[in-house]
Parts: sequence; structure tokens; C-alpha cells
Amino acid sequence: MSACLDIANLSAVLPNGQRVLRSVSLAVQPGEVRALVGESGAGKTMIGKAVLGVLPSSVRIVEGDMLLEGEDLGKLQPKARRALVGARTALIPQDPLTALNPSRRIGPQMTDRLVRILGWSGEKADTRIRQLLDEVQIRDPERVLKCYPHELSGGMRQRVLIAAAFAAEPRLIVADEPTTALDVTVQKQILRLIAALQREHGTAILFVTHDLGVVAKISQKVSVLYAGKVVEEADTAALFAAPQHPYTRALMAATPRYTDPFASLRPVDEAVLAGLAAEIAAADLAWRRPHG
Amino acid sequence: MDRASRRGLSPRLWLAGGWLLLALLAAIFAPLVAPQDPLAQDLMLERLPPFWLDGAEPGYWLGTDSLGRDLLSRLIFGGRIAFIVAFAAAIAACLVGSTLGLIAGYFGGWADRIISRIVDIWMAFPPVLFAILLVAVLGTGLSSVILAIAIIDWTRFCRVIRAEAMGQSRMDYVENARIAGYGRIGIMLREVLPNVVPSIVALLSLEMGIAVIVEAILSFVNLSISTDDPTWGGIIAEGRLSIHQAWWVLVFPLITLILTVLSFGQFGEALKARFDPVLR
Repeated sequence: MSACLDIANLSAVLPNGQRVLRSVSLAVQPGEVRALVGESGAGKTMIGKAVLGVLPSSVRIVEGDMLLEGEDLGKLQPKARRALVGARTALIPQDPLTALNPSRRIGPQMTDRLVRILGWSGEKADTRIRQLLDEVQIRDPERVLKCYPHELSGGMRQRVLIAAAFAAEPRLIVADEPTTALDVTVQKQILRLIAALQREHGTAILFVTHDLGVVAKISQKVSVLYAGKVVEEADTAALFAAPQHPYTRALMAATPRYTDPFASLRPVDEAVLAGLAAEIAAADLAWRRPHG
Repeated sequence: MDRASRRGLSPRLWLAGGWLLLALLAAIFAPLVAPQDPLAQDLMLERLPPFWLDGAEPGYWLGTDSLGRDLLSRLIFGGRIAFIVAFAAAIAACLVGSTLGLIAGYFGGWADRIISRIVDIWMAFPPVLFAILLVAVLGTGLSSVILAIAIIDWTRFCRVIRAEAMGQSRMDYVENARIAGYGRIGIMLREVLPNVVPSIVALLSLEMGIAVIVEAILSFVNLSISTDDPTWGGIIAEGRLSIHQAWWVLVFPLITLILTVLSFGQFGEALKARFDPVLR
């Protein structure tokens, strides 16, 4: 069976030549949750944006391929690519406060996409949306559908966005830190909800997060990123049982433990980072050598 | 409770709207409501004071000017030109400016650079001198005045709407629409435009007030419509000449002008506050 998403040797640069992704390779099998974990600026969100075709205009992909269900996204015309990505993927965004159009009611906003992009009838879209709102445990769909986004809480909005993401039955969902902007108590519910819908619908998820606790709860596979480079890739259980790369171990050691709320936060071990920096610098030089 | 009543009836909306409605109705039905013929001169009745002063004549509520013409009637008829110019010029400026601003703000890049440079150059001209120059070139008359105001003031819409569209375009909901596969123009019109409409409405109302001022300035320097029809600026210009003998000829049109301009601005702001779905 071909992978749902197959990224090979993806590299991207900023206009000043700084590399934001360094030969990233990863595959997401159908129905699998793949976590991308790393610190801020490690490039996890960039990978998601690259797949969805919404990279900032300053970021340029210099090499690599992205295959979505066997279709090479790099070889498609922009219009065909948009249609393919629009039909087969969806995003659960980081900030539910800005991810809904403030001037439109929830109902039309959710059905619009199904009707316009997938060509469903209004009735079918409406039924579908109600079904999904039920699945994300929104108890009064009638009221919610008539609300403007600002009339809902952050958690409710995230539920609406999750429902919208699953509504069109995409093969792949990119979840970009979907719990970061939420209250801690709400985070857990939202996470459980995503996991439940993922199992129910069999959707593959590329789950971007900086939280190793979330990784352990939701994913089957995990890629650890540092400075745009995948430093370790493993089954989640194996990774937590026996992390191979020094950076992964350092990251785990730096994770706060809730058993002792008064312990001071520990930064990632600097010696490990220095080693990584040297490794990456060497790799950059090796990449340049044929040109020099 | 429905949304409107929950926000309460804002007094400024009703005060400003009330004055504008009153002035507009008076202007539309000027021949019916004006107590006198605004052009009828009567040297026996020159410089009559307003009704509460000694020597006032009944029927001439705000007094008369140096040619014995009724001031209130002239103000009412002057409102016709003021409102025509306000609506036509503001809508024209709004259409041009908002369209270009939306394009610049949403598309960014080259479109933005070109449009923004044009706006920068445009705004380097002193607006009133620019208006006088334009009318001098286009010739006097109602349509030239409207055109001149639109040509000068579209930049006001362009700048504000560009900034708003730019802010909206960075929101995640726009990115979400792109992922869903909507076209760029579709996103601009369906997702971004509705979110800048409250600002457009507020600005449109404000611009109507500004158009009233510019028209008055042009009338003041005798470059507006060149007929005998009374205009507020024209009355102010005449009043200036007889300020020591008949202050009311200057003061009443000024008050009318200020109230109208203020009302346009306040009305727009109040509308925006009331109809923007996001409470700001």
C-alpha cells in the first residue's frame, strides 16, 4: 500500500540563504498518526505548510518531493494541486481564535466548503455538518450553527474547526499544535476528541507539537526535529522506551514533570546542542562541496 | 434578546442620524419646506436679523442677507448641492479607493508596491490646492466638483482598506480557505471583503462630511458650480463680507456645515460599532 504522505529530501531556504528544512524525509501511512516534535523554530510547522501549499512567500523549496497518495505535488499545476490538496487534506490550526472568519456565521462557513469545493448539495452538507458537530460533542448544534465565531469559547471554536476538518473525509489532516492556544483543562478534551475522530474515520494525521506528553498520548510514529533536520525517527513506544539520539534524550530530560510542581525548569543540555550545531554545519558544508 | 437591542441604542447614532435625516429631507423637499424663494431679492428687507432679535420680520426665521434674500431658504436649497456632492463624490472615491486598497492589501507584492507608490505621490499634493487646480482645469460645474473630490480623496479609502485587508489576510481563516482550494479572487471577495465592510461604511460616511467641506471651500473661492444656486460655501463667502453688519449670514451656514460634517463622521463610527460582528 502506498503511503498517504511521502516526503523525500525536502529542503527549503529563506531569501538570505538560511535553511529552514534540511533534507527532511518522512512518510505517513494511511490511518497513522505521525508526530513532529521539536523546539520552536525547528521547522515542524514549515513541513505542514509545505504539504498544504501555504508556505510563506519568502520560503523557497530548493529540493525534494512531496507525494500525496502517490501524486507528486511538485509536478502538478497550481490549480490541480489546489484542487487535490483541498479535497484530500485539511488543517486543524493552532489558534482557533483567528481560524474562523469573524464576519460569517458558523453554519454557512462550514457548509460552504463542502458545497463549493466538493460539489455537495446544500442538504447533504448540512446533514454532514450536524453529524460532525455531534461527533465533537457539541450539544446544541442549532445555536452553534447560528453563532458568529466571537460568540463561542476557544474550546468550542476548536471543536468546530475539528468538525470542519473531518467533515470532508480528508485522507490527511495536518494538526498544527491544535491544543497550544487552549486552556490546560480544555487541552485534554480536545486531544481525546481528535484521537477519537481519528480512530473512527481512519484519517492519517501529521501532528505538529512541542509537547512530548502529547506525542506519547496520540501518535504511533514520531519524528524529532532540530533546526529543520530530522534527528530521530521511530515508533512512539520505542522512542520513549529507548531514545537513540542524544538530542531526543536531552529533550526528554528537559520535559517538566508534574509530580514536583516546584522543581525549576531545565533547559535542553547545551553540550548536546553544540554537538548538533557542529553536525549540521558539517552537513551544510558537505552539501556545498560539489559546488565549491 | 436580539443583537441590536443588546448593544443598546447609541445616542450618537440617533443624534447624528437625526440631523442628517432632517437636513436631507429638507433638501429633497426644498421647494415645499423653504419659507421663501431663495433667490428673491428685496432691498426693503436687507440684513434682517434672526427671529429673536429686534427688527425681525415674521417668515424670515434666520434673517436675510445684504440683498434681502431669506437665509433659511438659501441654506435649505444649498443643502441640495451639499448632499448631491457628498453622496456622489464619496461613493466614487470609495469605489476606486476601496477596490485598489483591497487588491494592494490582499495580494501584496508588486500590486501593493505600485498602488502604494501612487498613493504616496498623490498624497504629496496639498488637497485643497489640488482641488482648486482640478476644477480650474475641468471647468466649474457640479460634475467637475464631484470628480475633483473623488480624484483627490480615493487615497483615503485606499490607505485604510489596504491596511485592514493586509491584517485580515494574515489571519488563519484566510490560510484555511487557501488550503480548502478557493481561488485568490474568491477569497478576497468572500472572506476578506466582508471583514473590511464596517471600515468602508465608516469611512464612506466620514468622506461624505469631507466632501461637504471641500465643496464649501470650492464655493467659497467661487470655483464650485457657477450658477446662482445657493451653496453653503457661497453663503459663507457672502457672509464674510458683511460680518460686521449681519453676523448671522456667516454664522448660520457655518453651524449648518459643522453639524453636518460632524454628523457624517459620528454616524459612520456609530454604524460601524453597531454592525461590526466582532465587538471592538
